[in-house]
Amino acid sequence: MSEHIAPRKLYYMVFFGLLTLTLITWQVAYIDLGKWNTVVMLIIAAGKAALVGTFFMHLRWSASMVRLVVFAALFWLVIMISLTICDFSTRKNVQPWQHSAAITQPMVPGIKC
Amino acid sequence: MHNSQTQTVVYEQFDDRTQQHEASSLGMWIFLATEIMFFGAVLTAYTVYRNLFTTAFEVGSHLLNTKIGALNTAVLIGSSLTMALAVHAAQMGKRKLLMTFIASTMVLGGVFLYIKFVLEWLHEYHDGLAPGLHWTYAGPQSGHVAMFFVFYFILTGIHATHMIVGEGIMTVLFVMAWRGRFSKERYNPIEMFGLYWHFVDIVWIFLFPLLYLLGAHGAH
Repeated sequence: MSEHIAPRKLYYMVFFGLLTLTLITWQVAYIDLGKWNTVVMLIIAAGKAALVGTFFMHLRWSASMVRLVVFAALFWLVIMISLTICDFSTRKNVQPWQHSAAITQPMVPGIKC
Repeated sequence: MHNSQTQTVVYEQFDDRTQQHEASSLGMWIFLATEIMFFGAVLTAYTVYRNLFTTAFEVGSHLLNTKIGALNTAVLIGSSLTMALAVHAAQMGKRKLLMTFIASTMVLGGVFLYIKFVLEWLHEYHDGLAPGLHWTYAGPQSGHVAMFFVFYFILTGIHATHMIVGEGIMTVLFVMAWRGRFSKERYNPIEMFGLYWHFVDIVWIFLFPLLYLLGAHGAH
């Protein structure tokens, strides 16, 4: 069923869902949650992206091969971001013999990887 | 779609329409995977610098107007809806409806770009918030705030470029639809372009909080 035709009503519902989530993320941004502001807005953004991907981009009805490509793309994105963060957040944890002028300052203070 | 001439519905290298459709989707998604890595690389750099200059990035973000950002998000989500409805109209073989929805998507995309360029970029340029061109921000950590605006202009810039490319492709699709090149059996180009347009929407869904909402709660 790769050429599934979804009812138009579903698209309208997704649209209103996306608008609601936009309103929520916009208003929540004004509440000071400290570091959690970023977490909350990224979770909401991921939820909106999931809605667009699942229904507007027809992933709900796509072949598993197509879903695999989407999964792989996101997996590689996570590798890129997480390994980069690991690098920058652990530059202070060096052995004495590793010291050089370039790595004595922690690049990203406060993040343990 | 009575006026469509005898168009090739299934090209010779495919067994049937399902296989042809899957091949198109797979190809388009592989392209979108490269796009994810393209935007992902800039977002990775953004993450690193944001952790380095946390306060300055919040100050920079605070200088952006979240109302305009939210409005543009709504406009772009609206254009995603009309694009989804365009694909639906194509699937049903409704030519006039397809043309209407492609045109609506183009108009909404145009509204987004107008807001972006005229109400935001031009404004920021005049306010001296354009690093390298016109930078007059004199608050604390001016150089680090400038770094935020470098990311702001690069990210919104490559996003807007994708939208301008999309507007161009939609012009072609509109003419094709007008000439009756699509039918119930043959609408792959519409659906594949839809994937591209929704992808551009998803990128903005992430840019909106990362650029506009970052400093909203702070009283810097």
